[in-house]
Amino acid sequence: MSDLSNKKPETGAFFQRDRAWHAPALTPGYKTSVLRSPQKALLSLDGTMSEITGPVFGHSLLGELDNDLIHNFAKPGESAIGERIIVHGRVLDERGKPVPGALLEFWQANAGGRYRHKKESYLAAVDPNFGGCGRTITADDGSYRFRTIRPGAYPWPNGVNDWRPAHIHFSIFGHGFAQRLITQMYFEGDPMIWKCPIVTTIPDKSAIEQLIAPLDWANTIPMDARAYKFDIVLRGRRSTLFENRMEGN
Amino acid sequence: MVQDLGYLKESPSQTAGPYVHIGCTPNFAGITGVYDTDLGSTMVNDKTLGERITMRGCVIDGAGVPLKDALVEIWQADAAGLYNSPSELRGTADPNFTGWGRCPTSADDGMFTFETIKPGRAPYKDGRKMAPHITVWIVARGINIGLHTRMYFADEAEANAEDPLLARIEHRHRVATLVAPREGSVYTFDIHLQGEKETVFLDI
Repeated sequence: MSDLSNKKPETGAFFQRDRAWHAPALTPGYKTSVLRSPQKALLSLDGTMSEITGPVFGHSLLGELDNDLIHNFAKPGESAIGERIIVHGRVLDERGKPVPGALLEFWQANAGGRYRHKKESYLAAVDPNFGGCGRTITADDGSYRFRTIRPGAYPWPNGVNDWRPAHIHFSIFGHGFAQRLITQMYFEGDPMIWKCPIVTTIPDKSAIEQLIAPLDWANTIPMDARAYKFDIVLRGRRSTLFENRMEGN
Repeated sequence: MVQDLGYLKESPSQTAGPYVHIGCTPNFAGITGVYDTDLGSTMVNDKTLGERITMRGCVIDGAGVPLKDALVEIWQADAAGLYNSPSELRGTADPNFTGWGRCPTSADDGMFTFETIKPGRAPYKDGRKMAPHITVWIVARGINIGLHTRMYFADEAEANAEDPLLARIEHRHRVATLVAPREGSVYTFDIHLQGEKETVFLDI
């Protein structure tokens, strides 16, 4: 499964998750959470082998267009309609160390806010050249990039008139199963962010800001695509004093 | 003033939403031609060592209704108790076993199914052996942060009795929520998100 380099793997347990930084399970403004949130306390346990290990995926998994949503579902010679953008950034851990070999999967609606999914009934049209899924694996410095079109906002049946801000979903595998994370990326300057009952499940404004990707003019390609930069932080590992040196530092 | 420790904050989780399948199991969502197969759909091959088992169940909400839009992932040791991970330093895991699987719950009956093997025992931090178990991670619309739990095996009563995690469950009747009954080669593990039969979820 793995074709990682011969760097010494890390085996420390992960820092405890700050559950005051994340959304609580029960957030009634996001109605579906009411019947899908545990009511009893979580059982805490320092990481064991089952959590400090995790699957790692080799670059051989990837197809040539896996990180190009403009073309990976399009008919030959055609491309998806919408604002062409590049999303790039780095996957780091809480210690600021790059996380190489991290598998990122992303999915999103098309430029009109319509998902290609059989349960989706929004009247905005499906784009025949846009599927909406992609994936990539971080390089040695933790960096990743993909091309896509900027997704549209869409309405959803929560409040009478709730709309999701434009967003891209991310699923991330680090090196340990306890780092497993799914989150959403938002776009700088979108006034819808602060009205969204899903965004505001997160209690801390600065935590929300961590999910907002700024426009990255420096990496915008003239006459082609604008760029947005989105760094992702996964849990860090504790160092253990190993044969008189700090392992993992 | 003291020095800044300089640690970053973890990116906050958000719900996977109802269309998680587009990104994680696109073929299941009807988006074909992008990936050959959905990742995590096969864990074993003909050469995989160990006893073949089927793990199945539902994820059930607080009204008793199975979720038909959840995504379940599992992670487990091979038959010898070794993990197929670079962080496994005790030996080399079975190369014919991925250890990781992913399955969406069915749109018809809400059931998830994994064809896998029964894991061996891995050590707890202090060297005691944990009972055989499968780590389970659940995401769905309405779940703001992925839920971790474990499935243990009802026919491993002796190992379960000395398992360090099960021993920490204060309300002893809740241990049963993590122990899957066996019928033939099938273990049924229903996950109750809330209420009287609520599954024990973990912060690890």
